[in-house]
Amino acid sequence: MVEFALPKNSKITEGKTWPKPEGAANVREFKVYRWNPDDGKNPHIDTYYVDLGDCGPMVLDGLIWIKNTIDPTLTFRRSCREGVCGSCAMNIDGQNTLACTKSMDEVKGAVKVNPLPHQEVVKDLIPDLNNFYAQYASIEPWLQTTTATPQKEWRQSKEDREKLDGLYECILCACCSTSCPSYWWNPDRYLGPAALLQANRWIKDSRDEATGARLDNVEDPFRLYRCHTIMNCANACPKGLNPAEAIAEIKMMLVERQV
Amino acid sequence: MSKASGHMRTDLGKVRFRGAAGSGTAHFWQQRVTAVGIGLLAIPVLVIIVMLLGRNHAATVQILGAPLVAILMALFVIASAWHMKLGMQVIIEDYVHNEKLKLAAILANQFFSFAVGVVSLYAILKLTSGV
Repeated sequence: MVEFALPKNSKITEGKTWPKPEGAANVREFKVYRWNPDDGKNPHIDTYYVDLGDCGPMVLDGLIWIKNTIDPTLTFRRSCREGVCGSCAMNIDGQNTLACTKSMDEVKGAVKVNPLPHQEVVKDLIPDLNNFYAQYASIEPWLQTTTATPQKEWRQSKEDREKLDGLYECILCACCSTSCPSYWWNPDRYLGPAALLQANRWIKDSRDEATGARLDNVEDPFRLYRCHTIMNCANACPKGLNPAEAIAEIKMMLVERQV
Repeated sequence: MSKASGHMRTDLGKVRFRGAAGSGTAHFWQQRVTAVGIGLLAIPVLVIIVMLLGRNHAATVQILGAPLVAILMALFVIASAWHMKLGMQVIIEDYVHNEKLKLAAILANQFFSFAVGVVSLYAILKLTSGV
């Protein structure tokens, strides 16, 4: 059966409370998930206090401030700090989102930071996304054609290009897939909202000549039909996209090619 | 085994594994069709149930045995049993991960839903034929 409770060695315990920064007039409490694969201990929640007078407004600014001034062992991914790379996806205040575009002001009380749910943790806030990336690779996210490559570009009408709006913006941060209960229960067989939104991006591309093969590749009770329109994906997406709608469109195309 | 096992297999190898089953669309579509059917039939069935309130056995038999009522009830029973089978199968596939247990549960679900449908249809037929 599905495991609803955490295994014994994954139970989260109370961690260390780090001292408040001296002389800071305005501090913000951060409660951050910590787990080190090398010390044999259970994961724990450490409490930090961030000096808002010395720190930017976003949750990522807070985490970087903690790493730079309090605890250099705090481990997390980050890169662009402006919501286009998807590296700093994590669970903040109970919602998967990007730490760089989530303002501390949007969170009431302590800023609670956890890694993306239901993925194996590499360390602290870093989830193992190898399966997620392999699922993306499995939908073959590149233009596939048999017709000889034209001298110039593959042509596409303005209307057809507009059909890719709401799909091409996906940055593969994994916020949606890791918010999806269906993905939690069957991550090995269900492709998840991110990979399926990307699949739809290529299925709908008028320049692509492998549309049927792409539909064949997802027509499966587990790969596609584990989506039960729970809609957590659309709720979580930090780019405001709607993977659930993209999945529904794939289902409709599969029905349409049968009737 | 429907899952790719083995630590030496690559991540992409695990995801691709045996490929897409090429099915699931019929299941998805039938679930919607039966849902619409149940929705449409719910109104006459509710009316019939209201008509049965407070009636004695003879009057109940007479109402349920009427041709139109019996046909509506039979359609409702078929749509419901079918929908129940489809829905329960999804729940089993979602939550039961032991392969043998899953197969057994899916089999039991098929038999149970079919039996519920047949028993209900028999009851309706019996009322109609006045036995």
